[in-house]
Amino acid sequence: MLGKKCLEKIAQGFKEWEEITNQQTAKNPEQKSEFETLSELTVKRLYTPVDIDHIDYTEQIGFPGQYPFTRGVQNTMYRGRFWTMRQYAGFGSAEDTNQRFRYLLQQGQTGLSVAFDLPTQIGYDSDHPLALGEVGKVGVAIDSVRDMEVLFSAIPLDHVSTSMTINSPAAILTAMYLALAERDGISFVKLRGTIQNDVLKEYIARGTYIFPPKPAMRITTDILAYCAKNMPQWNSISISGYHMREAGCTAAQEVAFTLADGITYVEAARNAGLEIDDFAPRLSFFFSAHQDFLEEVAKYRAARRLWARIMREKFKAKNPRSWMLRYHVQTAGCSLTAQQPLLNILRTGFEAFSAVLGGCQSLHTNSYDEALALPTEQAAQIALRTQQIIAHETGVTETIDPLAGSYYIEDLTNRIESEAEQYINKVEEMGGVIRAIESGYIQGEISHSAYEYQKKVEAKERIVVGVNKFQIEESSPSGLLKIDMSVGDCQGEKLKKLRSERNSQAVISSLDQLKKAAQKDENLMPLILDAVRAEATLGEICDALREVFGEYIGSVSY
Amino acid sequence: MGERQIIRVLLAKPGLDGHDRGAKVIARALRDAGMEVIYTGLRQTPEQIAIAVEQEDVDALMLSILSGAHNNIFPRIMEELKNRGINDILVMAGGIIPQEDIPGLKSLGIKEVFGPGTELKRIVKFIKDHFTAGEKS
Repeated sequence: MLGKKCLEKIAQGFKEWEEITNQQTAKNPEQKSEFETLSELTVKRLYTPVDIDHIDYTEQIGFPGQYPFTRGVQNTMYRGRFWTMRQYAGFGSAEDTNQRFRYLLQQGQTGLSVAFDLPTQIGYDSDHPLALGEVGKVGVAIDSVRDMEVLFSAIPLDHVSTSMTINSPAAILTAMYLALAERDGISFVKLRGTIQNDVLKEYIARGTYIFPPKPAMRITTDILAYCAKNMPQWNSISISGYHMREAGCTAAQEVAFTLADGITYVEAARNAGLEIDDFAPRLSFFFSAHQDFLEEVAKYRAARRLWARIMREKFKAKNPRSWMLRYHVQTAGCSLTAQQPLLNILRTGFEAFSAVLGGCQSLHTNSYDEALALPTEQAAQIALRTQQIIAHETGVTETIDPLAGSYYIEDLTNRIESEAEQYINKVEEMGGVIRAIESGYIQGEISHSAYEYQKKVEAKERIVVGVNKFQIEESSPSGLLKIDMSVGDCQGEKLKKLRSERNSQAVISSLDQLKKAAQKDENLMPLILDAVRAEATLGEICDALREVFGEYIGSVSY
Repeated sequence: MGERQIIRVLLAKPGLDGHDRGAKVIARALRDAGMEVIYTGLRQTPEQIAIAVEQEDVDALMLSILSGAHNNIFPRIMEELKNRGINDILVMAGGIIPQEDIPGLKSLGIKEVFGPGTELKRIVKFIKDHFTAGEKS
């Protein structure tokens, strides 16, 4: 805090400067009448010490690795260790994806991230009628532990960290990973990784729900409890804002709805009898890195501070690790254009840069061809190199949270935190996230923001280079990744073989036990693990749970 | 469309794809342009879409898909419509559909495919022009 005289001098200087500048703009107007962030927060012409003088440095900004973590969750941040370079990958068969995994590891990525196809994500085997045409298209097809074995072939599970983007069937994929570790004689305590396991955002924005919210939350807390007890190095959930942002919400909404989901999971886990400090240190998060560079940096800092306050003040967690918001970032897929696709390399680069300056723990960078298809090897390589250049060549990792103290950044951090808090309070007043989903409130806010953005683009108030300005005549793109329809047939053959070779009695018995437990309060993980060991398929296990829990029907509002 | 002035549109999400930002934005734009819009929600089978077209008595059907399953699911949708004797509605598609697949989809009776970056006003105009001209499929 500056002295009173100093502040007055600056305020006076600012007033005089503004008068002169306004005289200039009376003759030569600025480019727009209103300047705002991508999320419609007003941006002033200039920020000065006066804007942030009220901030108490030690209370609100603080030190890295210490409450409220505004400046980062580790004391040394990237000086100690770079963020994990973790490229989301998966397509076709387990063999295809295993090859891409090994390529990316060879090229220097430091963590694995598994993309599953839609049938797998929604709990259908590849030969299910609803899987027709969808097998292997948006990720790898995994029907059983056999596919899982091929997926991780020649990849030692005690030497990698694996993130799996799977939600409704998260328990089953976790069990498959554990079954593999078992076969390889690797203790569960050695396994490092993350399971996304965030059903709330599936109802809100992503769509791969299976069961209704109540039983889905039960499965979630079963996973949190099981991992807390058996997998100390495993992040049992990745509470996600990325997908809601992709669906069109603003930066403040992204923080708000994500943390509101986080609050819901914490409450559910506590209601299920878990001690907060037993599971909270292994909660993790997942945010987007969007195009408004400075807003994104401020967003991450705001999210860290707000979550720390919620965990310490609202939930009274005692372990400092329970207060830490550790998160993965993906650069914004919705910012990629089909037109002049090489420009996406720049977009991804700027977005990744904001994620690093914001202090993320893990990062995925999109490939330039991803507006149209899954990435080719060459495009995936450039995406990875983008991170490596930021880490090794830009110098921003030499010091921690270098943008701290910027008058604009600190002011924006505060504003995003404040707006997010208002949304969180509104959701609380409605009775919590699940009620807010049932009433369509959260979905409505998101699609409203999406529509407002689109109208701005149509009116050319928002420029998208190559799309609504600087367009060129272009030929059809070539060389895009194509997934063969034969993947579905191959998986069908594998399933036939599996069913003929396994012990059907063991499968039936394990599914029976699972259904019984599902009707009671028992933790389902050990029973799912039994079913997986017996080589029950993903679809069979999910169908057993569908029998008990029923299925969720999505909404028709827009 | 008959004597009715207001164009009724069914917006459908076939298959397992959960990306509905585009569909919802278009729904709002068509609504603001004076059309009546019904959104099916996610996970629609070809049969469910055809039933909805029939029950809602719509003038146009828009299919949104980003999962790459369009070559499999669109022919099945057009088949279901045909089986119900629905031959005169305007069918359009959007999402992530490779350019090389478009001629095949058009030969099924899908009148236009709107890819990423398409202006909302172009979509609105396309639909309005179709019904002003009094075209049948």
